[in-house]
Amino acid sequence: MAKDFDPSGRVPDYYVNAGTSSFTQFLTHASPELLPGRRPLPPGLSADIAPHGTTIVAIATAEGVVMGGDRRATMGNLIASRDIEKVHPADSYSLIGIAGTAGIGIELMRLFQVELEHYEKIEGTMLSTDGKANRLAGMVRGNLGAAMQGLAVVPLFAGYDLSPADPAKVGRIFSFDVAGGLYEETGYDAIGSGSLFAKSALKKKYRAGLSTDDAVRLAVEALYDAADDDTATGGPDLTRKIFPVVMSATANGTHRLTEAEIIAVAEQVVAGRMENPGG
Amino acid sequence: MAMQFYASPEQVQRDRSEYARKGIARGRSAVVLTYEGGILLVAENITTLRKISEIYDKIGFAAVGRYNEFESLRRAGIRMADVNGYSYDRRDVTGRFLANAYTQTLGAIFTETQKPYEVEICIAQVGSSPETDELYRITYDGSVMDEPGFMAMGGQAEAISSVLREGHDPAADLPTALALAAKALGSVGGENGATRKLDSKQLEVAVLDRRRKGRAFRRIHGQPLITLLEGLETVAEKDLGDVDAAPPPPAADGKPTVSAASEQDVASKPAATDKPEAADPAEPADGVNGDGS
Repeated sequence: MAKDFDPSGRVPDYYVNAGTSSFTQFLTHASPELLPGRRPLPPGLSADIAPHGTTIVAIATAEGVVMGGDRRATMGNLIASRDIEKVHPADSYSLIGIAGTAGIGIELMRLFQVELEHYEKIEGTMLSTDGKANRLAGMVRGNLGAAMQGLAVVPLFAGYDLSPADPAKVGRIFSFDVAGGLYEETGYDAIGSGSLFAKSALKKKYRAGLSTDDAVRLAVEALYDAADDDTATGGPDLTRKIFPVVMSATANGTHRLTEAEIIAVAEQVVAGRMENPGG
Repeated sequence: MAMQFYASPEQVQRDRSEYARKGIARGRSAVVLTYEGGILLVAENITTLRKISEIYDKIGFAAVGRYNEFESLRRAGIRMADVNGYSYDRRDVTGRFLANAYTQTLGAIFTETQKPYEVEICIAQVGSSPETDELYRITYDGSVMDEPGFMAMGGQAEAISSVLREGHDPAADLPTALALAAKALGSVGGENGATRKLDSKQLEVAVLDRRRKGRAFRRIHGQPLITLLEGLETVAEKDLGDVDAAPPPPAADGKPTVSAASEQDVASKPAATDKPEAADPAEPADGVNGDGS
Protein backbone atom coordinates (compact mmCIF):
# COMPACT_ATOMS: atom_id res chain seq x y z
CA MET A 1 0.00 0.00 0.00
CA ALA A 2 3.06 2.26 0.19
CA LYS A 3 2.33 3.63 -3.24
CA ASP A 4 -0.95 5.03 -1.90
CA PHE A 5 0.93 7.54 0.22
CA ASP A 6 1.87 10.04 -2.43
CA PRO A 7 3.39 12.98 -0.52
CA SER A 8 1.29 15.46 -2.47
CA GLY A 9 -1.80 13.89 -0.91
CA ARG A 10 -3.34 13.22 -4.30
CA VAL A 11 -5.51 10.21 -4.79
CA PRO A 12 -3.42 7.72 -6.81
CA ASP A 13 -3.88 7.87 -10.57
CA TYR A 14 -5.58 4.51 -10.90
CA TYR A 15 -8.44 5.83 -8.76
CA VAL A 16 -9.03 8.77 -11.05
CA ASN A 17 -8.50 7.34 -14.53
CA ALA A 18 -11.34 6.02 -16.64
CA GLY A 19 -9.99 2.48 -16.27
CA THR A 20 -12.44 -0.25 -15.50
CA SER A 21 -15.95 -0.51 -14.13
CA SER A 22 -15.10 -3.77 -12.39
CA PHE A 23 -14.29 -3.65 -8.70
CA THR A 24 -12.15 -6.82 -8.72
CA GLN A 25 -10.14 -5.56 -11.64
CA PHE A 26 -9.68 -2.25 -9.85
CA LEU A 27 -8.50 -4.04 -6.71
CA THR A 28 -5.68 -5.70 -8.66
CA HIS A 29 -4.17 -2.19 -8.85
CA ALA A 30 -5.37 -0.66 -5.61
CA SER A 31 -5.19 -3.43 -3.01
CA PRO A 32 -4.31 -6.80 -4.50
CA GLU A 33 -4.01 -8.27 -0.99
CA LEU A 34 -7.81 -7.96 -0.66
CA LEU A 35 -8.40 -10.30 -3.58
CA PRO A 36 -8.95 -13.99 -3.00
CA GLY A 37 -7.16 -16.61 -5.02
CA ARG A 38 -3.70 -15.02 -4.94
CA ARG A 39 -2.51 -16.23 -1.58
CA PRO A 40 0.24 -18.84 -1.64
CA LEU A 41 -0.96 -22.07 -0.05
CA PRO A 42 1.29 -24.68 1.50
CA PRO A 43 1.46 -27.86 -0.56
CA GLY A 44 -0.83 -30.76 0.27
CA LEU A 45 -4.51 -31.13 0.90
CA SER A 46 -6.08 -28.84 3.46
CA ALA A 47 -9.73 -29.78 3.11
CA ASP A 48 -10.57 -30.14 6.80
CA ILE A 49 -9.06 -26.97 8.21
CA ALA A 50 -12.18 -24.84 7.84
CA PRO A 51 -15.95 -25.28 7.97
CA HIS A 52 -17.87 -26.38 4.90
CA GLY A 53 -21.23 -25.07 3.87
CA THR A 54 -23.65 -27.61 2.50
CA THR A 55 -26.92 -27.69 0.56
CA ILE A 56 -28.49 -24.91 -1.52
CA VAL A 57 -31.51 -25.27 -3.83
CA ALA A 58 -32.90 -22.86 -6.41
CA ILE A 59 -36.22 -23.07 -8.25
CA ALA A 60 -37.46 -20.99 -11.17
CA THR A 61 -41.05 -19.78 -10.77
CA ALA A 62 -43.57 -17.94 -12.90
CA GLU A 63 -42.60 -14.72 -11.14
CA GLY A 64 -38.84 -15.15 -10.78
CA VAL A 65 -36.76 -17.47 -8.62
CA VAL A 66 -36.69 -18.91 -5.12
CA MET A 67 -33.48 -19.96 -3.40
CA GLY A 68 -33.13 -21.78 -0.11
CA GLY A 69 -30.24 -23.05 1.97
CA ASP A 70 -29.93 -25.11 5.12
CA ARG A 71 -28.13 -23.64 8.12
CA ARG A 72 -25.41 -26.17 8.81
CA ALA A 73 -21.66 -25.90 8.37
CA THR A 74 -19.47 -28.93 9.08
CA MET A 75 -15.83 -29.68 9.76
CA GLY A 76 -15.25 -33.35 9.12
CA ASN A 77 -17.65 -35.17 11.42
CA LEU A 78 -18.32 -32.09 13.57
CA ILE A 79 -21.05 -29.51 13.17
CA ALA A 80 -19.14 -26.23 12.95
CA SER A 81 -22.22 -24.03 12.89
CA ARG A 82 -25.94 -24.56 13.24
CA ASP A 83 -27.05 -21.18 12.03
CA ILE A 84 -24.74 -20.10 9.22
CA GLU A 85 -26.50 -18.18 6.44
CA LYS A 86 -25.50 -19.28 2.97
CA VAL A 87 -28.12 -17.59 0.79
CA HIS A 88 -27.79 -13.85 0.24
CA PRO A 89 -29.02 -11.18 -2.14
CA ALA A 90 -26.37 -10.42 -4.78
CA ASP A 91 -28.12 -7.18 -5.74
CA SER A 92 -31.69 -5.89 -6.04
CA TYR A 93 -32.82 -8.68 -8.38
CA SER A 94 -30.52 -11.64 -7.88
CA LEU A 95 -29.51 -14.16 -5.26
CA ILE A 96 -26.35 -16.10 -4.53
CA GLY A 97 -25.91 -19.25 -2.48
CA ILE A 98 -22.60 -20.85 -1.58
CA ALA A 99 -21.45 -24.38 -0.88
CA GLY A 100 -17.95 -25.56 -0.05
CA THR A 101 -15.32 -23.92 2.15
CA ALA A 102 -17.39 -21.38 4.03
CA GLY A 103 -14.73 -18.72 4.57
CA ILE A 104 -13.77 -18.56 0.91
CA GLY A 105 -17.41 -18.71 -0.12
CA ILE A 106 -18.38 -15.78 2.10
CA GLU A 107 -15.47 -13.74 0.79
CA LEU A 108 -16.47 -14.58 -2.79
CA MET A 109 -20.05 -13.58 -2.09
CA ARG A 110 -19.12 -10.24 -0.48
CA LEU A 111 -16.79 -9.42 -3.32
CA PHE A 112 -19.48 -10.31 -5.85
CA GLN A 113 -22.00 -8.07 -4.10
CA VAL A 114 -19.61 -5.12 -4.20
CA GLU A 115 -18.71 -5.97 -7.80
CA LEU A 116 -22.35 -5.65 -8.91
CA GLU A 117 -23.04 -2.52 -6.89
CA HIS A 118 -19.79 -0.91 -8.05
CA TYR A 119 -20.61 -1.46 -11.70
CA GLU A 120 -24.10 -0.09 -11.16
CA LYS A 121 -22.81 3.08 -9.53
CA ILE A 122 -20.00 3.73 -12.00
CA GLU A 123 -22.02 2.99 -15.12
CA GLY A 124 -25.45 4.09 -13.93
CA THR A 125 -27.06 0.87 -15.17
CA MET A 126 -27.24 -2.66 -13.87
CA LEU A 127 -25.33 -5.55 -15.47
CA SER A 128 -27.44 -8.00 -17.46
CA THR A 129 -28.23 -11.28 -15.71
CA ASP A 130 -25.85 -13.13 -18.05
CA GLY A 131 -23.19 -10.50 -17.41
CA LYS A 132 -23.48 -11.06 -13.67
CA ALA A 133 -23.22 -14.84 -14.09
CA ASN A 134 -20.14 -14.52 -16.32
CA ARG A 135 -18.49 -12.24 -13.82
CA LEU A 136 -19.14 -14.74 -11.03
CA ALA A 137 -17.75 -17.57 -13.17
CA GLY A 138 -14.53 -15.61 -13.57
CA MET A 139 -14.28 -15.16 -9.82
CA VAL A 140 -14.81 -18.89 -9.18
CA ARG A 141 -12.11 -19.65 -11.76
CA GLY A 142 -9.69 -17.50 -9.77
CA ASN A 143 -10.06 -19.92 -6.88
CA LEU A 144 -9.04 -22.99 -8.88
CA GLY A 145 -5.64 -23.30 -7.20
CA ALA A 146 -7.16 -23.38 -3.73
CA ALA A 147 -9.92 -25.70 -4.95
CA MET A 148 -7.32 -28.24 -6.06
CA GLN A 149 -5.97 -28.26 -2.52
CA GLY A 150 -9.33 -28.99 -1.02
CA LEU A 151 -10.61 -25.46 -0.43
CA ALA A 152 -13.21 -25.57 -3.17
CA VAL A 153 -16.22 -23.32 -3.26
CA VAL A 154 -19.09 -23.49 -5.73
CA PRO A 155 -21.83 -20.87 -5.84
CA LEU A 156 -25.35 -21.08 -7.16
CA PHE A 157 -26.63 -17.92 -8.81
CA ALA A 158 -30.25 -17.13 -9.60
CA GLY A 159 -32.05 -13.97 -10.50
CA TYR A 160 -35.05 -12.22 -11.92
CA ASP A 161 -34.09 -11.21 -15.46
CA LEU A 162 -35.13 -7.62 -16.18
CA SER A 163 -34.76 -8.05 -19.94
CA PRO A 164 -35.21 -11.75 -20.70
CA ALA A 165 -34.75 -13.11 -24.20
CA ASP A 166 -37.88 -15.19 -23.65
CA PRO A 167 -40.56 -13.25 -21.72
CA ALA A 168 -41.85 -16.50 -20.22
CA LYS A 169 -38.45 -17.17 -18.63
CA VAL A 170 -37.90 -14.40 -16.13
CA GLY A 171 -36.33 -16.67 -13.52
CA ARG A 172 -32.79 -17.67 -14.43
CA ILE A 173 -30.59 -20.15 -12.58
CA PHE A 174 -26.85 -20.62 -13.17
CA SER A 175 -24.60 -23.27 -11.70
CA PHE A 176 -20.80 -23.38 -11.73
CA ASP A 177 -18.01 -25.89 -11.42
CA VAL A 178 -14.72 -25.37 -9.59
CA ALA A 179 -12.95 -24.61 -12.86
CA GLY A 180 -15.28 -21.69 -13.48
CA GLY A 181 -17.57 -23.51 -15.90
CA LEU A 182 -20.92 -21.76 -16.18
CA TYR A 183 -24.11 -23.70 -16.89
CA GLU A 184 -27.59 -22.32 -17.16
CA GLU A 185 -30.08 -24.67 -15.51
CA THR A 186 -33.67 -25.23 -16.54
CA GLY A 187 -36.27 -25.16 -13.82
CA TYR A 188 -34.27 -26.01 -10.72
CA ASP A 189 -30.85 -26.89 -9.40
CA ALA A 190 -29.08 -27.74 -6.17
CA ILE A 191 -25.46 -27.64 -4.99
CA GLY A 192 -23.57 -28.94 -1.97
CA SER A 193 -23.27 -32.27 -0.24
CA GLY A 194 -27.03 -32.87 -0.03
CA SER A 195 -27.69 -31.75 -3.59
CA LEU A 196 -28.09 -35.31 -4.87
CA PHE A 197 -31.09 -35.90 -2.62
CA ALA A 198 -32.48 -32.38 -2.98
CA LYS A 199 -32.36 -32.66 -6.76
CA SER A 200 -34.10 -36.03 -6.72
CA ALA A 201 -36.87 -34.51 -4.63
CA LEU A 202 -37.14 -31.52 -6.94
CA LYS A 203 -37.18 -33.75 -10.02
CA LYS A 204 -40.33 -35.48 -8.81
CA LYS A 205 -42.14 -32.41 -7.54
CA TYR A 206 -41.09 -29.58 -9.83
CA ARG A 207 -43.59 -28.26 -12.39
CA ALA A 208 -42.95 -25.37 -14.74
CA GLY A 209 -44.76 -22.16 -13.83
CA LEU A 210 -44.91 -22.69 -10.06
CA SER A 211 -46.04 -19.78 -7.93
CA THR A 212 -43.50 -18.28 -5.52
CA ASP A 213 -45.37 -19.67 -2.50
CA ASP A 214 -45.43 -23.20 -3.94
CA ALA A 215 -41.75 -22.94 -4.81
CA VAL A 216 -40.92 -21.86 -1.24
CA ARG A 217 -42.72 -24.93 0.06
CA LEU A 218 -40.94 -27.12 -2.48
CA ALA A 219 -37.54 -25.67 -1.53
CA VAL A 220 -38.10 -26.45 2.14
CA GLU A 221 -39.29 -29.98 1.22
CA ALA A 222 -36.17 -30.55 -0.87
CA LEU A 223 -33.93 -29.32 1.93
CA TYR A 224 -35.75 -31.65 4.32
CA ASP A 225 -35.07 -34.56 1.97
CA ALA A 226 -31.41 -33.58 1.75
CA ALA A 227 -31.14 -33.40 5.54
CA ASP A 228 -32.88 -36.76 5.75
CA ASP A 229 -30.11 -38.56 3.87
CA ASP A 230 -27.05 -36.33 4.18
CA THR A 231 -25.46 -35.87 7.62
CA ALA A 232 -23.88 -32.58 6.60
CA THR A 233 -27.23 -30.93 5.84
CA GLY A 234 -29.32 -29.61 8.70
CA GLY A 235 -33.11 -29.94 8.73
CA PRO A 236 -35.55 -27.49 10.33
CA ASP A 237 -34.53 -27.23 14.00
CA LEU A 238 -37.83 -26.88 15.87
CA THR A 239 -36.28 -26.84 19.34
CA ARG A 240 -33.84 -24.02 18.65
CA LYS A 241 -36.11 -22.30 16.12
CA ILE A 242 -33.48 -22.44 13.37
CA PHE A 243 -35.03 -22.71 9.92
CA PRO A 244 -33.66 -22.64 6.38
CA VAL A 245 -32.96 -19.27 4.81
CA VAL A 246 -35.32 -18.88 1.85
CA MET A 247 -35.26 -15.88 -0.45
CA SER A 248 -37.14 -14.93 -3.59
CA ALA A 249 -36.25 -12.57 -6.43
CA THR A 250 -39.15 -11.21 -8.46
CA ALA A 251 -40.16 -8.04 -10.26
CA ASN A 252 -40.55 -6.52 -6.80
CA GLY A 253 -36.90 -7.13 -5.91
CA THR A 254 -35.44 -9.64 -3.51
CA HIS A 255 -37.23 -10.72 -0.40
CA ARG A 256 -36.07 -12.88 2.46
CA LEU A 257 -38.87 -14.84 4.08
CA THR A 258 -39.49 -13.42 7.52
CA GLU A 259 -39.13 -15.54 10.62
CA ALA A 260 -42.91 -15.95 10.85
CA GLU A 261 -43.28 -16.89 7.17
CA ILE A 262 -40.56 -19.53 7.22
CA ILE A 263 -41.75 -21.00 10.55
CA ALA A 264 -45.21 -21.49 9.05
CA VAL A 265 -43.83 -23.28 5.98
CA ALA A 266 -41.32 -25.39 7.93
CA GLU A 267 -43.96 -26.48 10.44
CA GLN A 268 -46.28 -27.56 7.61
CA VAL A 269 -43.48 -29.57 6.03
CA VAL A 270 -42.54 -31.24 9.32
CA ALA A 271 -46.20 -31.97 10.07
CA GLY A 272 -46.54 -33.57 6.64
CA ARG A 273 -43.54 -35.78 7.31
CA MET A 274 -45.03 -36.92 10.62
CA GLU A 275 -47.69 -38.72 8.58
CA ASN A 276 -45.54 -39.69 5.62
CA PRO A 277 -41.78 -39.62 6.34
CA GLY A 278 -40.98 -39.97 2.64
CA GLY A 279 -42.90 -36.80 1.73
CA MET B 1 16.74 29.10 -25.62
CA ALA B 2 13.59 30.95 -24.72
CA MET B 3 13.77 33.30 -21.75
CA GLN B 4 11.76 32.18 -18.77
CA PHE B 5 9.92 35.22 -17.43
CA TYR B 6 9.53 35.53 -13.70
CA ALA B 7 6.01 35.32 -12.34
CA SER B 8 5.43 35.65 -8.62
CA PRO B 9 3.69 32.75 -6.87
CA GLU B 10 0.82 35.07 -6.00
CA GLN B 11 0.36 35.94 -9.64
CA VAL B 12 0.43 32.28 -10.67
CA GLN B 13 -2.19 31.36 -8.06
CA ARG B 14 -4.38 34.28 -9.05
CA ASP B 15 -4.21 33.37 -12.71
CA ARG B 16 -5.10 29.77 -12.01
CA SER B 17 -7.98 30.76 -9.74
CA GLU B 18 -9.35 33.09 -12.30
CA TYR B 19 -9.06 30.47 -14.99
CA ALA B 20 -10.89 27.89 -12.87
CA ARG B 21 -13.57 30.31 -11.75
CA LYS B 22 -14.29 31.37 -15.31
CA GLY B 23 -14.59 27.78 -16.42
CA ILE B 24 -17.02 26.96 -13.63
CA ALA B 25 -19.09 30.09 -14.17
CA ARG B 26 -19.77 29.13 -17.79
CA GLY B 27 -21.65 25.97 -16.82
CA ARG B 28 -25.12 25.53 -15.45
CA SER B 29 -25.60 25.41 -11.70
CA ALA B 30 -26.56 22.84 -9.10
CA VAL B 31 -28.05 23.11 -5.64
CA VAL B 32 -28.08 20.75 -2.67
CA LEU B 33 -30.35 21.24 0.31
CA THR B 34 -31.67 19.34 3.27
CA TYR B 35 -35.36 18.76 3.81
CA GLU B 36 -37.38 16.85 6.34
CA GLY B 37 -37.06 13.51 4.53
CA GLY B 38 -33.43 13.70 3.50
CA ILE B 39 -31.16 15.63 1.17
CA LEU B 40 -32.28 16.91 -2.21
CA LEU B 41 -29.75 17.26 -5.03
CA VAL B 42 -30.85 19.22 -8.10
CA ALA B 43 -28.80 20.19 -11.13
CA GLU B 44 -29.87 22.11 -14.16
CA ASN B 45 -29.02 19.63 -16.88
CA ILE B 46 -30.65 18.99 -20.23
CA THR B 47 -28.30 16.20 -21.26
CA THR B 48 -28.23 12.55 -20.29
CA LEU B 49 -24.70 12.98 -18.92
CA ARG B 50 -25.00 13.16 -15.19
CA LYS B 51 -23.87 15.69 -12.65
CA ILE B 52 -25.40 13.89 -9.69
CA SER B 53 -24.45 10.42 -8.56
CA GLU B 54 -24.59 7.90 -5.78
CA ILE B 55 -21.29 7.29 -3.99
CA TYR B 56 -22.31 5.02 -1.12
CA ASP B 57 -25.17 4.07 1.16
CA LYS B 58 -25.71 7.51 2.69
CA ILE B 59 -23.46 9.58 0.45
CA GLY B 60 -24.30 11.46 -2.72
CA PHE B 61 -22.24 13.52 -5.13
CA ALA B 62 -23.08 16.62 -7.14
CA ALA B 63 -20.74 18.60 -9.33
CA VAL B 64 -20.55 21.49 -11.74
CA GLY B 65 -17.86 22.47 -14.19
CA ARG B 66 -15.96 20.43 -16.71
CA TYR B 67 -17.52 17.02 -17.26
CA ASN B 68 -14.39 14.91 -17.82
CA GLU B 69 -12.81 16.28 -14.67
CA PHE B 70 -15.66 15.78 -12.24
CA GLU B 71 -16.48 12.42 -13.80
CA SER B 72 -13.00 11.18 -12.93
CA LEU B 73 -13.44 12.53 -9.40
CA ARG B 74 -16.80 10.79 -9.15
CA ARG B 75 -15.25 7.46 -10.15
CA ALA B 76 -12.47 7.98 -7.65
CA GLY B 77 -15.05 8.61 -4.92
CA ILE B 78 -16.98 5.46 -5.70
CA ARG B 79 -13.77 3.44 -5.80
CA MET B 80 -12.48 4.81 -2.50
CA ALA B 81 -15.83 4.25 -0.82
CA ASP B 82 -16.15 0.70 -2.13
CA VAL B 83 -12.59 -0.26 -1.18
CA ASN B 84 -13.13 1.07 2.34
CA GLY B 85 -16.55 -0.47 2.71
CA TYR B 86 -15.25 -3.81 1.48
CA SER B 87 -12.18 -3.93 3.69
CA TYR B 88 -13.91 -2.60 6.82
CA ASP B 89 -17.66 -2.34 7.05
CA ARG B 90 -20.37 -0.42 5.20
CA ARG B 91 -20.86 1.84 8.21
CA ASP B 92 -17.21 2.89 8.14
CA VAL B 93 -17.53 4.89 4.94
CA THR B 94 -18.13 8.53 5.82
CA GLY B 95 -18.63 11.76 3.95
CA ARG B 96 -15.79 13.38 5.86
CA PHE B 97 -13.34 10.74 4.67
CA LEU B 98 -14.32 11.42 1.08
CA ALA B 99 -14.26 15.19 1.52
CA ASN B 100 -10.72 14.89 2.89
CA ALA B 101 -9.57 12.79 -0.05
CA TYR B 102 -11.12 15.24 -2.52
CA THR B 103 -9.67 18.31 -0.87
CA GLN B 104 -6.19 16.77 -0.88
CA THR B 105 -6.49 15.78 -4.50
CA LEU B 106 -7.90 19.04 -5.78
CA GLY B 107 -5.40 21.01 -3.69
CA ALA B 108 -2.48 19.07 -5.15
CA ILE B 109 -3.79 19.44 -8.69
CA PHE B 110 -4.24 23.16 -8.18
CA THR B 111 -0.71 23.80 -6.95
CA GLU B 112 1.22 21.27 -9.00
CA THR B 113 -0.25 21.27 -12.47
CA GLN B 114 -0.41 23.90 -15.16
CA LYS B 115 -4.17 23.72 -15.47
CA PRO B 116 -6.35 23.49 -12.37
CA TYR B 117 -9.55 21.45 -12.45
CA GLU B 118 -12.54 23.62 -13.38
CA VAL B 119 -14.92 21.92 -10.99
CA GLU B 120 -16.79 22.44 -7.79
CA ILE B 121 -18.21 19.42 -6.03
CA CYS B 122 -20.52 18.64 -3.18
CA ILE B 123 -20.36 15.56 -0.99
CA ALA B 124 -23.63 15.10 0.87
CA GLN B 125 -24.13 12.62 3.66
CA VAL B 126 -27.63 12.06 4.96
CA GLY B 127 -28.16 11.51 8.68
CA SER B 128 -31.10 10.53 10.82
CA SER B 129 -32.32 14.15 11.08
CA PRO B 130 -31.65 17.41 9.17
CA GLU B 131 -29.29 18.50 11.97
CA THR B 132 -27.03 15.50 11.40
CA ASP B 133 -26.83 15.90 7.62
CA GLU B 134 -23.42 16.87 6.30
CA LEU B 135 -22.79 18.94 3.19
CA TYR B 136 -19.22 19.52 2.06
CA ARG B 137 -18.37 21.93 -0.69
CA ILE B 138 -14.97 21.29 -2.26
CA THR B 139 -13.72 23.88 -4.72
CA TYR B 140 -11.15 23.81 -7.53
CA ASP B 141 -8.26 24.83 -5.23
CA GLY B 142 -8.96 22.17 -2.62
CA SER B 143 -10.73 24.39 -0.11
CA VAL B 144 -13.43 22.58 1.75
CA MET B 145 -16.42 24.11 3.50
CA ASP B 146 -19.00 22.51 5.70
CA GLU B 147 -22.25 24.07 4.50
CA PRO B 148 -25.21 24.70 6.80
CA GLY B 149 -28.11 22.86 5.20
CA PHE B 150 -28.01 24.23 1.68
CA MET B 151 -25.52 25.19 -1.00
CA ALA B 152 -25.35 26.34 -4.59
CA MET B 153 -22.53 25.74 -7.06
CA GLY B 154 -21.70 26.95 -10.55
CA GLY B 155 -22.27 30.20 -12.39
CA GLN B 156 -23.96 32.91 -10.32
CA ALA B 157 -23.90 30.71 -7.26
CA GLU B 158 -24.17 33.79 -5.05
CA ALA B 159 -27.51 34.85 -6.50
CA ILE B 160 -28.88 31.32 -6.32
CA SER B 161 -27.60 30.93 -2.81
CA SER B 162 -29.40 34.06 -1.62
CA VAL B 163 -32.73 32.68 -2.89
CA LEU B 164 -32.01 29.46 -1.01
CA ARG B 165 -31.04 31.35 2.13
CA GLU B 166 -34.37 33.18 2.16
CA GLY B 167 -36.50 30.14 1.54
CA HIS B 168 -34.67 27.21 3.09
CA ASP B 169 -36.53 25.33 5.77
CA PRO B 170 -35.08 22.03 7.05
CA ALA B 171 -38.59 20.96 8.05
CA ALA B 172 -40.01 21.40 4.53
CA ASP B 173 -41.40 18.43 2.64
CA LEU B 174 -40.06 17.20 -0.70
CA PRO B 175 -42.35 19.18 -3.08
CA THR B 176 -41.63 22.40 -1.17
CA ALA B 177 -37.89 21.78 -1.17
CA LEU B 178 -37.94 20.91 -4.88
CA ALA B 179 -39.96 24.02 -5.69
CA LEU B 180 -37.40 26.13 -3.83
CA ALA B 181 -34.52 24.45 -5.66
CA ALA B 182 -36.21 25.00 -9.05
CA LYS B 183 -36.99 28.60 -8.15
CA ALA B 184 -33.40 29.23 -7.06
CA LEU B 185 -31.93 27.72 -10.23
CA GLY B 186 -34.44 29.66 -12.34
CA SER B 187 -33.70 32.94 -10.60
CA VAL B 188 -30.68 33.51 -12.83
CA GLY B 189 -29.99 33.18 -16.53
CA GLY B 190 -33.23 34.66 -17.83
CA GLU B 191 -33.30 37.40 -20.46
CA ASN B 192 -32.70 40.83 -18.95
CA GLY B 193 -32.56 39.40 -15.46
CA ALA B 194 -35.99 37.78 -15.68
CA THR B 195 -36.62 34.58 -13.80
CA ARG B 196 -37.12 31.31 -15.66
CA LYS B 197 -39.47 28.46 -14.92
CA LEU B 198 -37.59 25.18 -15.19
CA ASP B 199 -39.50 22.03 -16.12
CA SER B 200 -38.75 18.36 -15.53
CA LYS B 201 -36.73 18.07 -18.75
CA GLN B 202 -34.27 20.69 -17.60
CA LEU B 203 -33.63 19.28 -14.15
CA GLU B 204 -31.65 16.34 -12.89
CA VAL B 205 -33.04 15.42 -9.50
CA ALA B 206 -32.08 12.88 -6.85
CA VAL B 207 -32.65 12.45 -3.15
CA LEU B 208 -30.81 10.78 -0.30
CA ASP B 209 -33.75 9.45 1.64
CA ARG B 210 -33.01 9.42 5.36
CA ARG B 211 -35.76 6.91 6.14
CA ARG B 212 -34.35 4.23 3.90
CA LYS B 213 -32.10 1.48 5.16
CA GLY B 214 -29.08 0.63 3.05
CA ARG B 215 -28.66 2.59 -0.14
CA ALA B 216 -30.46 5.90 0.34
CA PHE B 217 -29.84 7.39 -3.10
CA ARG B 218 -32.79 7.58 -5.49
CA ARG B 219 -33.07 9.34 -8.80
CA ILE B 220 -36.35 11.07 -9.55
CA HIS B 221 -37.35 11.61 -13.15
CA GLY B 222 -40.27 11.13 -15.51
CA GLN B 223 -43.78 11.23 -14.15
CA PRO B 224 -42.95 11.37 -10.42
CA LEU B 225 -40.75 14.41 -11.08
CA ILE B 226 -43.51 16.16 -13.04
CA THR B 227 -45.97 15.45 -10.23
CA LEU B 228 -43.55 16.76 -7.63
CA LEU B 229 -42.78 19.89 -9.63
CA GLU B 230 -46.45 20.69 -9.94
CA GLY B 231 -46.39 20.70 -6.18
CA LEU B 232 -49.98 19.54 -5.90
CA GLU B 233 -49.18 16.35 -4.09
CA THR B 234 -46.25 14.46 -2.80
CA VAL B 235 -45.25 11.21 -4.47
CA ALA B 236 -45.63 7.97 -2.58
CA GLU B 237 -42.36 6.69 -1.22
CA LYS B 238 -42.54 3.52 -3.23
CA ASP B 239 -42.70 5.54 -6.44
CA LEU B 240 -39.41 7.20 -5.63
CA GLY B 241 -37.52 4.30 -7.08
CA ASP B 242 -37.44 1.88 -4.22
CA VAL B 243 -35.19 -1.11 -4.77
CA ASP B 244 -38.23 -3.07 -3.70
CA ALA B 245 -40.56 -1.33 -6.11
CA ALA B 246 -41.52 -2.68 -9.49
CA PRO B 247 -38.69 -2.27 -11.97
CA PRO B 248 -39.25 -0.67 -15.32
CA PRO B 249 -40.64 -3.13 -17.86
CA PRO B 250 -37.97 -4.37 -20.24
CA ALA B 251 -37.29 -1.82 -22.93
CA ALA B 252 -38.70 -2.93 -26.26
CA ASP B 253 -35.72 -1.71 -28.23
CA GLY B 254 -33.28 -3.95 -26.43
CA LYS B 255 -31.62 -1.09 -24.61
CA PRO B 256 -30.16 -2.16 -21.30
CA THR B 257 -32.71 -1.77 -18.57
CA VAL B 258 -31.65 0.38 -15.72
CA SER B 259 -31.71 -0.80 -12.15
CA ALA B 260 -34.32 0.32 -9.72
CA ALA B 261 -31.57 1.19 -7.32
CA SER B 262 -29.89 3.76 -9.45
CA GLU B 263 -32.83 4.73 -11.57
CA GLN B 264 -36.50 4.64 -11.08
CA ASP B 265 -39.70 4.46 -13.00
CA VAL B 266 -43.28 3.92 -12.14
CA ALA B 267 -44.57 0.63 -13.40
CA SER B 268 -47.23 2.26 -15.52
CA LYS B 269 -44.73 3.95 -17.79
CA PRO B 270 -42.31 2.18 -20.08
CA ALA B 271 -38.68 2.94 -19.35
CA ALA B 272 -37.79 4.11 -22.82
CA THR B 273 -40.23 7.00 -22.87
CA ASP B 274 -39.50 8.01 -19.33
CA LYS B 275 -35.91 8.93 -19.90
CA PRO B 276 -35.06 12.48 -20.81
CA GLU B 277 -34.73 12.77 -24.55
CA ALA B 278 -31.22 12.26 -25.78
CA ALA B 279 -29.71 15.54 -26.80
CA ASP B 280 -30.64 16.57 -30.29
CA PRO B 281 -27.65 15.88 -32.53
CA ALA B 282 -27.96 19.37 -33.97
CA GLU B 283 -27.53 20.79 -30.53
CA PRO B 284 -24.13 20.18 -28.94
CA ALA B 285 -24.44 18.19 -25.76
CA ASP B 286 -22.48 20.69 -23.80
CA GLY B 287 -24.76 21.18 -20.85
CA VAL B 288 -22.26 19.83 -18.39
CA ASN B 289 -19.00 20.67 -20.04
CA GLY B 290 -18.57 24.13 -18.73
CA ASP B 291 -17.67 25.35 -22.18
CA GLY B 292 -20.22 27.89 -23.03
CA SER B 293 -23.43 26.18 -22.03
